[in-house]
Amino acid sequence: MSPVESRFGPYGGRYVPEVLIAALDELTAAWEEASADPGFGAELDGLLRDFVGRPTPLYLAGRLSERVGRTVYLKREDLAHTGAHKINNAVGQALLARRMGKTRIIAETGAGQHGVATATACALLGLECVIYMGTEDMRRQRPNVERMGLMGATVEPVEAGARTLKEAVSAAIRDWVTNVGDTHYIIGSAVGPAPYPALVRDLQRVIGDEARAQILAAAGRLPDRIVACVGGGSNAIGSFVPFVDDADVELIGVEAAGEGLNGRHGASLAAGRTGVLHGALSAVLADEDGQILEAHSISAGLDYPGVGPEHAMLRDTGRARYVAITDTEALLALRELSRLEGIVPALESSHAVAWLLGEGREPAGGIDVLTLSGRGDKDLAEALAGLERLDADG
Amino acid sequence: MAETGIERIASAFAAARAEGRAALMPYLMGGFPDHETSAAVIDAYADTGADLIELGVPYSDPLADGPQIHAAATAALEAGARFESVMELCERVSARVPVLPMVYANVVLTLGPERFAAALEAAGAAGAIVPDLPRAEDPAVAGALLERGLAPIGFVSPTTSPARLREIAAEAVGFTYVVSLTGVTGERAELPPELEAMVASVREASEAPAAVGFGIGTPEQAAKVGAIADGVIIGTRLVRAVADAPDRDAAVDAVSAFMADTRMAL
Ligand SMILES: Cc1ncc(COP(=O)(O)O)c(C=O)c1O
Repeated sequence: MSPVESRFGPYGGRYVPEVLIAALDELTAAWEEASADPGFGAELDGLLRDFVGRPTPLYLAGRLSERVGRTVYLKREDLAHTGAHKINNAVGQALLARRMGKTRIIAETGAGQHGVATATACALLGLECVIYMGTEDMRRQRPNVERMGLMGATVEPVEAGARTLKEAVSAAIRDWVTNVGDTHYIIGSAVGPAPYPALVRDLQRVIGDEARAQILAAAGRLPDRIVACVGGGSNAIGSFVPFVDDADVELIGVEAAGEGLNGRHGASLAAGRTGVLHGALSAVLADEDGQILEAHSISAGLDYPGVGPEHAMLRDTGRARYVAITDTEALLALRELSRLEGIVPALESSHAVAWLLGEGREPAGGIDVLTLSGRGDKDLAEALAGLERLDADG
Repeated sequence: MAETGIERIASAFAAARAEGRAALMPYLMGGFPDHETSAAVIDAYADTGADLIELGVPYSDPLADGPQIHAAATAALEAGARFESVMELCERVSARVPVLPMVYANVVLTLGPERFAAALEAAGAAGAIVPDLPRAEDPAVAGALLERGLAPIGFVSPTTSPARLREIAAEAVGFTYVVSLTGVTGERAELPPELEAMVASVREASEAPAAVGFGIGTPEQAAKVGAIADGVIIGTRLVRAVADAPDRDAAVDAVSAFMADTRMAL
């Protein structure tokens, strides 16, 4: 039984009201026990295989490779059930919640992918499900709101602030503070107070574990780079972690530069400061007084002024490198990948693709694994409108 | 030598006890709805018999607070409140009544523990309440406060385990903040029946007084809590009084009336 980390270097911790400390202790103990229990592991693996559809393929993207002048494999999380990597975490935490005897599940969602994944896991296990979602995100991710309702979840609109992911997380935490006895909070990314960043990472490392075995089988060697988009950082940390000890594998996280790093953006690692958000010390977007700033990204899943604490540590140690991609670059990459490969990526994942199509072309000739965290169906209306504007502006 | 903040808190509780009642501890949101009104409100608290004052520093993401106080924080920030301007409010009354700024961890850590504690000391504060900095999460903050004789206030809640409750109470400096209910700040129709036992355990484990907050919204509730605890903290009800008042004078009248009724009920 390995202890769950609560700090990553100086980052992480539990900056929460006292009311939650007992629940976080309980969750830590439950995860330490469950992750060491072969019975739990077998049940989770069975669901990941038969329900989620894992392993997801590692696909050699030929036309994309040709375009960028490197060998590019896509780790196809877009092909997981519900269309994104979020389901890996949701199913794992829902199983854990049931094991802990919790009957009610709450979650926040931005893009709606985590909300849909949680609603799905709750339907599967017969758990009550409440999803907090900002009304701005409800507008831009309409299809996902409808999917959650169809599966029996209640979507609670959040009107505070910019009506996006940060406020949805805050609303979920306030619910948890109030109903902590029977309720488990399935946080959707590798953020939040300990043990969440470690718990979510452990549940998402299936992405990197599979990719490592698949690339060794396909290419006969490790890749030169792993590339993933970073919102809260769960698909990226899950992709990175199995390669962290392979010093020759470069780890690249792609944040949202929004309208540009001098304007509104979501790049906490590239352009933020150290601070506390939602219970953890990490990189955050805040002003000089410590007030949290609104993030901006065209992709709801990257529209968040914080990031998981393990990424802040990987940045400081230099083990991972973080870059940022604008709304415009992401939109164009969404169209480019659709046309090159017949794969419509989520706007979040399009950030990783955009980096590869741009700066990532250098140096020529290496092997990349790019985690395609989700599919773009949920983004069609937003993306088409955005592309139309771009085309009109020339 | 002047009394330390910690000593002033002890004297305030002792004075209330000498009168055979619990200490009355009103909360206000600094800078809400604007700086001048909150200055008038904090003056009114001092004038109407507050024994200690809890002074909220507005924060963008106050996780321990319900909608009323969250909205007040947002409005205060929009009206231009900053940490420094709230410290001016503290300074106005800190010679008359011990003041405890309530500040979220990110504001504290952005300043840094030393600058934070020095600013509080300069404003005459008696201690600090950081609702999202549980015991042992960042000992530097408590250390910097204690070095200046200021009280870092610890919390216990209904979910705190008995062992942890004893540790927190035993270490308490100034007083222990007993969160009455499992939830965020806000008025409640009923206070939880377990409250009495929780307060009794805190008092048993501690030399320091036990003050109860969260959910107390009427003079009757205050009196009930005052019968079992050393201090009664009233937050949302008073913030609502300010929010509902049409102008500054009405805000002062409303909080003064509530303070007078509550003081009487205690
Ligand atoms: C498809 C997709 N990718 C990425 C993200 C960003 O989250 P994370 O950084 O935790 O992977 C989201 C979040 O909603 C998402 O839906």
